[in-house]
Amino acid sequence: MASSQEKETMGEDLDRTKLPQILIHRYPPFTVPCKHRLLRKFQLLEPDDSILPTHSFLAEYAQSVRVILCVGPSPVDSRTLDCFPSLQCVVGTSAGVDHIDLAECSRRGISVTSAGDAFSDDVADYAVGLLFDVLRRISASNRYVRAGLWPLKGDFPLGSKIGGKTIGIVGMGSIGIRVAKRLEAFDCHIAYNSRKKKPCFPFPYYENVPDLAAESDALIICCALTDKTRHIINRDVMKALGKEGVIINVGRGALVNEKDLVKFLVEGQIGGAGLDVFENEPNVPKELFGLDNVVLSPHRAVATPESLQALEEVVIGNLDAFFSNKPLISQVPHE
Amino acid sequence: MAQRQLPPETLPQVLVLRPPSVFKAVEEEFSKKFQFLKAWESPLPIHLFLSSHARHVTALLCSGISPVTADILQQLPSVRLIVTTSAGLNHIDLLECRVRGISVANAGDVFSEDVADTAVGLFIDVLRKITSADRYVRGGSWAVNGDYPLGSKLGGKRVGIVGYGNIGSKVAKRLEAFGCIISYNSRKKKPSVSYPYYQNVCELAANNDCLIVCCALTDQTHHMINKQVMRALGKEGVIVNIARGAIIDEQEMVRLLVEGQLKGVGLDVFENEPNVPKELFGLDNVVLSPHRAVFTEESFRDLFDLVVGNLEAFFANKPLLTPVMDG
Repeated sequence: MASSQEKETMGEDLDRTKLPQILIHRYPPFTVPCKHRLLRKFQLLEPDDSILPTHSFLAEYAQSVRVILCVGPSPVDSRTLDCFPSLQCVVGTSAGVDHIDLAECSRRGISVTSAGDAFSDDVADYAVGLLFDVLRRISASNRYVRAGLWPLKGDFPLGSKIGGKTIGIVGMGSIGIRVAKRLEAFDCHIAYNSRKKKPCFPFPYYENVPDLAAESDALIICCALTDKTRHIINRDVMKALGKEGVIINVGRGALVNEKDLVKFLVEGQIGGAGLDVFENEPNVPKELFGLDNVVLSPHRAVATPESLQALEEVVIGNLDAFFSNKPLISQVPHE
Repeated sequence: MAQRQLPPETLPQVLVLRPPSVFKAVEEEFSKKFQFLKAWESPLPIHLFLSSHARHVTALLCSGISPVTADILQQLPSVRLIVTTSAGLNHIDLLECRVRGISVANAGDVFSEDVADTAVGLFIDVLRKITSADRYVRGGSWAVNGDYPLGSKLGGKRVGIVGYGNIGSKVAKRLEAFGCIISYNSRKKKPSVSYPYYQNVCELAANNDCLIVCCALTDQTHHMINKQVMRALGKEGVIVNIARGAIIDEQEMVRLLVEGQLKGVGLDVFENEPNVPKELFGLDNVVLSPHRAVFTEESFRDLFDLVVGNLEAFFANKPLLTPVMDG
């Protein structure tokens, strides 16, 4: 006789079929967050884990699915949406939603939610950490000491003071505002560019990124990746930022023209960079490995156990809200 | 209008035993204002050099790499002023200075912001594993081995500040912006400070997730962060030291790190610089900096102005800018 756990897995528990259905849209190697908690409240439909071939699975369930849990950056495009005529909501598990066709969802009246603010503090903390590392050469000096060079070669190049620097924030959303708050405590001056000026923010606003760059000592990229922001950090911006300028990217790799950035760094046309994201992860341009004024990070800005816990709350909160016809917690507005 | 350049021999003389870092950076500018007697350039042993060349010298410029001991001062009967390029004074025999009526001026607040920034930067780095992740990527491991382990959130962490002076207070202000919970230990409780105060460092450690060492090195604080304190901090504890290496029992700390009894450390200072315990080189949860993280182009500029200001004040019989002792 099957154990209760096995019954759960096989979906044989009769009560389970009465629970609200959620379709899990998941490309490997991403895993469903808080699965044990979800199983208590919902019936999880997992086409990838089913013994049924996908078309049979879909034939059985697709008509009735009202909500999809989109795990990680698993793409949700028109073809995906075509499979689920009753779909009303896509619940995402990441801060960014560039892998979801927002325009198509909007057209079909489908709401989309993201991780909301779950990761914002961690990303902001990390952005400041990267900025600090580049300006004060922390990782480079760590390498220097570990190579045994301190007793041999003596002094190491000077770093640059944080206070008094003008930091240009590209994208003044929930991450950008947290970056600003932290940097103010270091006596930095804040300026920003965003889709729209934010009247309640006391910082100087620049209508376009090259203008922001011209006034800044460093740029911190925290905006969403959309058609409009792809390669928003291009050679014009880098030229405007100048030879001492620093770029920190915790948004998406494709926000920066990576080829140009590498060229500028290798040629010494820009002061340095701290990069948590890349155009083609996990591949990082090899030219960067030899540079001391660059800090490289494997897309970890969001990741702490604490923020993953916060993500679980947001995901379950959105699902609960949807099924009880209440307002969603972290709905992504579509313009 | 350019300042008229005085011939070197008419400039006031200042003795330098070994060149401080800032000296090397701005020597040319320094030399336009003072005539430096450079002990390190002489082939004579130091005591012989001093007794034959420096008996008339009234001002001495020093730093941590050139301790000013009672023996040294005995060779310098005319010295009335010691200017150190550091905030720290542990390399100067202050008692001997007091007995001899020698004034001492230090770097004042010139480095405080940069030191506080460094403390916070190292703290973020250790908790979020920034430097070790950079090493992972550079080693080509991301593409091959997949994701790097998670770091730990800053917000909500309880941070104990050891020494609530100029630097400690700036560290507290910065960490509050990250949502950390601050408490402190200092020689005396500060009535104007609203954070919880702990009478001793062991108690501070027991009630915190991290310690940031910001105090001066004195006889009382030598090896103050010892085995007992580090055990009280616990296995998930993080230590950042931007003050002086000898405040921590380094050998004990290394042992605890190797045994996995501490979560991680960020160190800009060591007991026996420039020597760093080799066991630390193989550890992923350790960030090492060659006592430079506080030096920036900007603070060196400010330091130069301050040192010149103190020396000029002395030679013009005016009050020192940053006296720590008036002889």
